[in-house]
Order: sequence, then structure tokens, then C-alpha cells
Amino acid sequence: MAFIDELDKPKTRDTTGATLAGFRNAEDMVIPGVEDVIASSTGHHAPHGTDPVSNQTMILNMGPQHPSTHGVLRLVIELDGETIVSLAPDIGYLHTGIEKTCEAKFYQQVIPLTDRIDYLAPMANNLAYALAVEKLLGLEIPERAQVIRVMFMELMRINSHLVWLGTHAMDIGALTVFLYCFREREQLLRIFEAVSGQRMMTSYIRIGGLALEMPPGLTDSIKTFLDDFPSKIAEYEGLLNNNPIWKSRLQGVGYLTAAEAISLGVTGPPLRASGVDFDLRRDMPYSGYENYQFKVCVSDGCDVWARYIVRMDEMRESVSICHQALTKLAALEGQRIVADAPKIILPDREQMKTQMESLIHHFKIVTEGFAVPAGEATSSIEAPHGMMNYYVVSDGTAKPYRVHMRNADFANLQALETMCKGKLIADVVAVIGSIDIVLGAIDR
Amino acid sequence: MPDPQTEAQPEAPEPTTGKQAALAHYIGAAGTKLIESECFIDAKWALNELTIEVIPEAIVAVCEAVKHDGYNFFEDLTAVDWYPTEPRFRLAYSILSMGLKKRIRLVARVSGDSPKLDSITGVWPAANFYEREVFDLFGVHFAGHPRLTRIMMPDNWEGHPLRKDYPVEGYR
Repeated sequence: MAFIDELDKPKTRDTTGATLAGFRNAEDMVIPGVEDVIASSTGHHAPHGTDPVSNQTMILNMGPQHPSTHGVLRLVIELDGETIVSLAPDIGYLHTGIEKTCEAKFYQQVIPLTDRIDYLAPMANNLAYALAVEKLLGLEIPERAQVIRVMFMELMRINSHLVWLGTHAMDIGALTVFLYCFREREQLLRIFEAVSGQRMMTSYIRIGGLALEMPPGLTDSIKTFLDDFPSKIAEYEGLLNNNPIWKSRLQGVGYLTAAEAISLGVTGPPLRASGVDFDLRRDMPYSGYENYQFKVCVSDGCDVWARYIVRMDEMRESVSICHQALTKLAALEGQRIVADAPKIILPDREQMKTQMESLIHHFKIVTEGFAVPAGEATSSIEAPHGMMNYYVVSDGTAKPYRVHMRNADFANLQALETMCKGKLIADVVAVIGSIDIVLGAIDR
Repeated sequence: MPDPQTEAQPEAPEPTTGKQAALAHYIGAAGTKLIESECFIDAKWALNELTIEVIPEAIVAVCEAVKHDGYNFFEDLTAVDWYPTEPRFRLAYSILSMGLKKRIRLVARVSGDSPKLDSITGVWPAANFYEREVFDLFGVHFAGHPRLTRIMMPDNWEGHPLRKDYPVEGYR
């Protein structure tokens, strides 16, 4: 194309100041497929004869049932001794066709499906989907609902990070941390159960607001948890920060530069641990995040240890955001938790049983759904694992024409090969733990 | 933050479609050249999102142009099947600028018989899995992709599940 030739080509410079020049070419960074790894291994086999042992590489299948792959991730690894020559993730074992299922449901029926995508942070999925549909509908969300959304988003972040820390530490060999983390996670799950009736698949955030009013006394139990939690973080750090095994397994392992992270589409804590100061909550705020004071945790370490530090700091920041949300919530007592749109939002039971009009709306929404203006919208939120985008296309009917989820896990997995190549096989376990993947979000 | 200039002149309605909309909402020299060039088809500014439709043959050049302008981060690639209209597949590339804190959506339409366009893995390696996913679920080919194989479905699967003429329950 003529217009591109005029540009001075070589400086592919990004805003972080890092350049791709001097690093690997973009083509080299594309990770191989399973067949490439196997083909590469056969290419490395020495001809049968003189010394059959040397110059031979081995193919090793890790997963899909391996416990340290955090789900049904299969890795095909070519090994030279204990050193990784090449590596290819094989995914799709948990593919359930959620995107296809969405096209056959009404808009409000998609919400429970979104819970099942990133099941460690279901409300993040609910919120991202709701934001995209609300954008198409042009709904105004009351401030109280937004504050509750933000509060639960941060509790979800703590919930997700606790599972990450527990399983990551368990992979490295520190079993105690797992029990400690799940002890606190249990308190969080009780809070989610109290508010939505479900421990994990909450479906609490709905199009236009929230599903239910918070039960009385819940803010007190959230407050008790938040007051207590910083001491628990200190407890985890007391177990890990000076632990020589933990340190030597994490420090300097899984190196990923800022330029590599950006080229490979890495987002969330792994991106910030590579020194890129980017957080959607601060940079492209949604749901009123601009009204909260918090620090975006960034580290220049670029290794597994840096990701550990970033996530631990994020949990502290989440506690602070939750405290601010609780303060705001006290001032907003009595406000609605759903938008004023009776043809879109189900009326509450009391109204439905006593008012004819509400009964009609209820009947219509349940049997026919509600039409959404034709168009396309993308929502983007900072989920615990990174950037989560929902792309919703409407053709003007009551069922979405297309729903696409962009989960951080899917893109972050592509960085695995860059981080592991040339390193030891034991490091793969540490690196998988550090990118914090959920296979439900990858395979959808 | 409301822009003081637009607040001062509220009467002038902003262009929402066509070249004018693209020029009004796009920042960057290379992209402006692209909008003026023959690659540009249409643009739309709706719901605070800028969508630029380009000819499918130019997608790699267009991606390089927006990358040059600071749209440094490849977020997402997906397709929408508008069966039975032609061109059938509408591919949407979502590109983010971390510096400008803006995103654009690049759109290319490809026809239903032997849908094909160039791979952008040379511009952003991150597109690797996304192109494989679109290939797997829609059957759109990406020329120049290092290894275009199925990623979600088994290798011996027949059909492309996210196509609109593929039944929700699958073929029985």
C-alpha cells in the first residue's frame, strides 16, 4: 500500500518506551502448534548409530489431567534433558460453545452463562456483559447499584487472587498457604451466597442493575472481613516472603519484557509486573471507578516474583476500594438498585403480584424478552486476570446476534512459550501459576 | 472529561458516518492517510466507539498504520456471520492505544465462498490464537498464518460451529 511505504518503518515504538528492535521479530514470537513441536523433535533426533543418547530430545505431554496446569490445559513440551526446547499449549478440552449458546437465548438469559466462563470471578463476567448490553440500550444505572457493583468486583478480585495464591503456592510446594487462602475465601463465598443465593455462580449483576437488594447486616459482615483481611495478607507474606524455596523458585523465573508482553496481548497483573503502568479501572474507567482513590500496582521485575508482588499489593488496594465503597453506600441508603426501565428489568415480586401493569411487564419479559436496538458495542473491564471485553452485536431482536468474550487468560497463555523457552521444566509450573489462567475462560 | 471545544459549539452536530466521522475521531498521521486512501470504505461513530471499515486486502497495511499512530495493543479479533447476506463474514479487530486511552474497531468484510484474508500475526503475534479461533469456528482462512489449525474443536471436526447455518444442537 502506497501510504504505508512513506512511513519510516523500523521504529515500532510503543507508549511504554520499549522498542521491538533488538528483541525477537514479531514472526518469531508466534508460538508453535503441537505438530510444530513434534516435528521439531523428530528433526532433532540424531540418526541411529554412533551415540543414541546424545542429541536426542524428548516429547513430554503435560496435562490435560496434570494438577499444576490448573484445569484441562495440555502442554506438549520438547525437552533436552530438563531444558525446554519448545512448548505448545493445546486447548479446547473445556470448549462448551457458550458463544453459540448465547445466540439462542434472550439477552437476560445469557447472564447465567457468563458466570461459567471465568468461574473464579463470575461477577466480573456478569458486569462486562451487562455493561455492553446497557451501552446498546442506553440505560442509566443508579449510583447505588454502581457502588455495589464496584464493591463486589473488588471482593471478586480478592476471591480470585486467593485461589491463585493458594494453588500457586501449592504447586511450588507450600501446602499451608492453600489452606489459609481457602479459609478466607470461604468467608467471601458466604458473603456471595448471602447476597445472591449462590456461592460461585452468582448471576448477581444483571442488565440494568442488580438482581436483589443486599440483605440487612451484610455490610457489617463485609466490613468485618475487610478489617480482618489485611492481617491475613501479612500472614501469607509471613509464610512466603522470606521462604528460601519460594524465593529461589520465583525470582528470575519466567522473564517477560514490556515489549514482549504488549506484542503477545498480555494484560492484567502479568502486564503490570512487566513494568507497563496500565489499568482499565484508572485509565478507561467504568461503573464510576473514577470516584475512588487507589494505587495501580506496577513492578519492573518482569518475573514470576514480580507478579506475586503485584497481586499481593492489588489485594490490599481492593480492600481500600471496598472500604471507600462501603462509605459511599452508607450515604446512598434508599436509592434504587435498578435502572428505571420497566420493560427491560423484571419488577420485584411484591409489585408483580399486586399491580396489573407490572404483571404484564413481567410476563412479556419472561416470555418474549426485550428488544435491543441494532448495533454493536464493546465493554471492557479490568477483571482479576486482566482485560475482559464483551463484544455484543444486536440485530434489533430479543436475542443477541453475536456475543464474543475476550478473556485475558486466552491471550496471556500465548506468552507461556516466550517465558519458558530455554528454561527448566520445573519453571513451567511456576510460570503457569503466575499467569493465573482459568480454562473456563480460555475454552469458553 | 468534556472537551471545552465541543461544549462551546453545541449546535454543530458531529458526523456519525463516513469519512468525516473517521477524520473527526481518529488521531494520527498514518491513519489519516489511510482514511484518505482507497483502502477506506466506511466509518461509524456510535456509542463512543469508532468503527472503520476497510477493504480486506489492505488489513495488514491498515494494522501497521494504526500501530504506527500509537494504537499499540491488539485486543481482540472476532467475526460475525451475516448469513445469507454477502459479503457474509464481518471481521472485527479491536485495537487499543494505551497512550491515547482509546480503542478503534477495524472491520473487514469477506465473502462466503472461500473466505480469506491476510494474517496480521506479523504485526501483532497476539493475533495468533484469535485467528486460529476464527478459522476454527467460522472457517475464515488467514493467509500467512504460521500454523492455521483448529484450536477449540477436535482436528477431525466437520463444519464451523459459529456459522449461522450450523445448527445450535450440532449435526446429528
